[in-house]
Amino acid sequence: MLRLDKRPQPSKRWNWATPFLAVLLTMIAGGFLFMALGKDPFIAIKLIFWDPLFNPQVADYSRPQLLVKAGPLILIAVGLSVGFRAGIWNIGAEGQYIIGALCGAAVALAFWPAEGWYIFPLMVLAGAFGGWAWAMIPAILKTRFNTNEILVSLLLVYVAEKILAAMSVGLMRNPDGAGFPGSRNIAQYPAAANNELIADTGMHWGVVAAFIAVIFTYIMLHRHILGFQVQLAGQAPRAAKFAGVAPARLVVLCLGFSGAMAGLAGMFEVSGPARLVSIDFNAYYGFTAIIVAFLGRLHPVGIALAGLLMALTYIGGELAQFTLGLPSAAIQVFQGMLLFFLLAVDVLSNYRIRLKTHEAA
Amino acid sequence: MKRRTLIATSALALGLSALGGAAMAQDDPLKVGFIYIGPPGDFGWTYAHDQARLAAQEHFGDAVETSYVENVPEGPDAERILTQMALSGTDMIFATSFGYGPAVNAVAERFPDVAFEHATGYQQESPNVSLYNARFYEGRAVIGHIAGRMTETDTIGYIASFPIPEVIMGINSAYLHARAVNPDVRFRVVWAYSWFDPAQEAAAAEALIDQGADILMQHTDSTAPLQVAQDRGALAFGQASDMTEFAPDVHLTAIIDNWTPYYIERIQARLDGEWEAQNVWHGIPEDEVTFAPFNDRIPDDVQAEAEEMIESIRTGEYHPFTGPINRQDGSAWLEDGEVAPDSDLLGMNFYVEGMSGEIPE
Repeated sequence: MLRLDKRPQPSKRWNWATPFLAVLLTMIAGGFLFMALGKDPFIAIKLIFWDPLFNPQVADYSRPQLLVKAGPLILIAVGLSVGFRAGIWNIGAEGQYIIGALCGAAVALAFWPAEGWYIFPLMVLAGAFGGWAWAMIPAILKTRFNTNEILVSLLLVYVAEKILAAMSVGLMRNPDGAGFPGSRNIAQYPAAANNELIADTGMHWGVVAAFIAVIFTYIMLHRHILGFQVQLAGQAPRAAKFAGVAPARLVVLCLGFSGAMAGLAGMFEVSGPARLVSIDFNAYYGFTAIIVAFLGRLHPVGIALAGLLMALTYIGGELAQFTLGLPSAAIQVFQGMLLFFLLAVDVLSNYRIRLKTHEAA
Repeated sequence: MKRRTLIATSALALGLSALGGAAMAQDDPLKVGFIYIGPPGDFGWTYAHDQARLAAQEHFGDAVETSYVENVPEGPDAERILTQMALSGTDMIFATSFGYGPAVNAVAERFPDVAFEHATGYQQESPNVSLYNARFYEGRAVIGHIAGRMTETDTIGYIASFPIPEVIMGINSAYLHARAVNPDVRFRVVWAYSWFDPAQEAAAAEALIDQGADILMQHTDSTAPLQVAQDRGALAFGQASDMTEFAPDVHLTAIIDNWTPYYIERIQARLDGEWEAQNVWHGIPEDEVTFAPFNDRIPDDVQAEAEEMIESIRTGEYHPFTGPINRQDGSAWLEDGEVAPDSDLLGMNFYVEGMSGEIPE
């Protein structure tokens, strides 16, 4: 019989190996899933993991798209990971993403059609501010009235969605759009557009910001007292109190930081890849980023890799959908498997598996 | 592979004139892609498009190969999927939601040899972007007439999605024709701010019935309002497809989106090398707007009147927006006998005289 013994310290070796093991297990289980749907599992797996990167017909396009898709996921997830480490659960990044995008777009639309170098930086500030402000609602409610930040931040997503819809058909509607919903095309407004910095690389300011955020967060977590406080508050709340960590301050900081990151992601998205404010502008980046944060083990570098992997399954999944006729639900199950196996094989890094020689009493 | 290189080298240079014949190898099927905003199983908007895709596939057999991607959010995801479809050798793409407009136009510019068909849009920035839409208001006129004749409480409940011209046009059309046969009729409108949200649509249906509505109409895609009507004993009309099986007792009829004739016609044109971009708005005369079988609960004389109205719209003898019609504020819109120009309908942002309530901004 097998027996699990808890390791005193998580195994470093397994910590590195488990993500790869999880991907491998996902491929095997996913292969069976695709086979059950009557598709060739090897072709499906190849379409998802190989073709977006190396198929000569599409790879030149889809490789840069990995960055475009992963950029906002990484930016949001890095922001969330700091709070998650401290046990502060911002589930409403989707809402902060929307409000950040709306604030950024509002600046662009207010200046339209003026030219000026200052417009884009102002939009960046407005985007970060919008996300921050939206996250301050659960933060203040938690610190003042001890409400649950999980519920408040989540429910504010739905409020943000309604504001987005109202803006798309109301205040921000394109006056030249014949009454159709949606704002002016911000990506076609040079002073405000967040276009590719180098053609055909997928690099736009949002991707740059994501990588800056990864580095910044890494340094903060590992070299700064605030990072220490965050880790302490998450692992040993009582010890944190004795060490002089003010819980309220930490809540405000963590929610504010994650909100600002989500707001930035929304702003870069609305002025670049998404092009305009529209009713369904938000595409679950804020929720997917929660998965990315955990897939990356709340570590900034891990999150960057997890974001790219997640983007790969999206882009490859789309290829598999229209070349093999796989339903989108199958791709979602496949993505779910990835998270499931990652969490499941965690057992290997936290426990030692031993062969039991005799029944214990 | 051969055809693709041919397209890349010659057709790109030749531009639109190379569409069809010359670039088409005889043994390869024409590849036609579809992107859907929802799942084909929604029994509403996407279901109707997918039915037409299947019908076209059956009609053309081996000459055409269709594929689709479902649940594609509007924005960057749509743009990426359209690009990957084009890169993978798709010859013709149907984008079946309004919000795909900016993405369709951006991708069409990069792939001048791919024919794009965009449903319900308004932007045509490249010569290979075609627009198509259906005159659903013609259907709404007929169900408005039936509702006006059958209501006992003189109150019709209307579940609207977003305050945009398409939806406002439908409300006005239904109201005008209900009032024509029942001067006391009142419309109560609930704005769901969603196209597909079963829970919210059900709640709206409950609220409308509580306010005295005995007949429901919807401009949202789920079957939830019908199921509420079935439980509460109110009458209702289906949306986009025949929804009888969800509310067999109270489903009076449904306006059916029948895209099949259009899809077959356009794919045929592409096969023949005669495809050209256009902007069409078909309706009852072209069988793009049809009706589910009338429920026996509609009295015979009302059924006959409805058939008569359908016939007069089919022959072009009657236009549902024929003056005199005033705006809600009393100002004149259409003179006696004047027929509404399409541009007025496509930009409609006002209620007609007699409607109560305000269109939300």
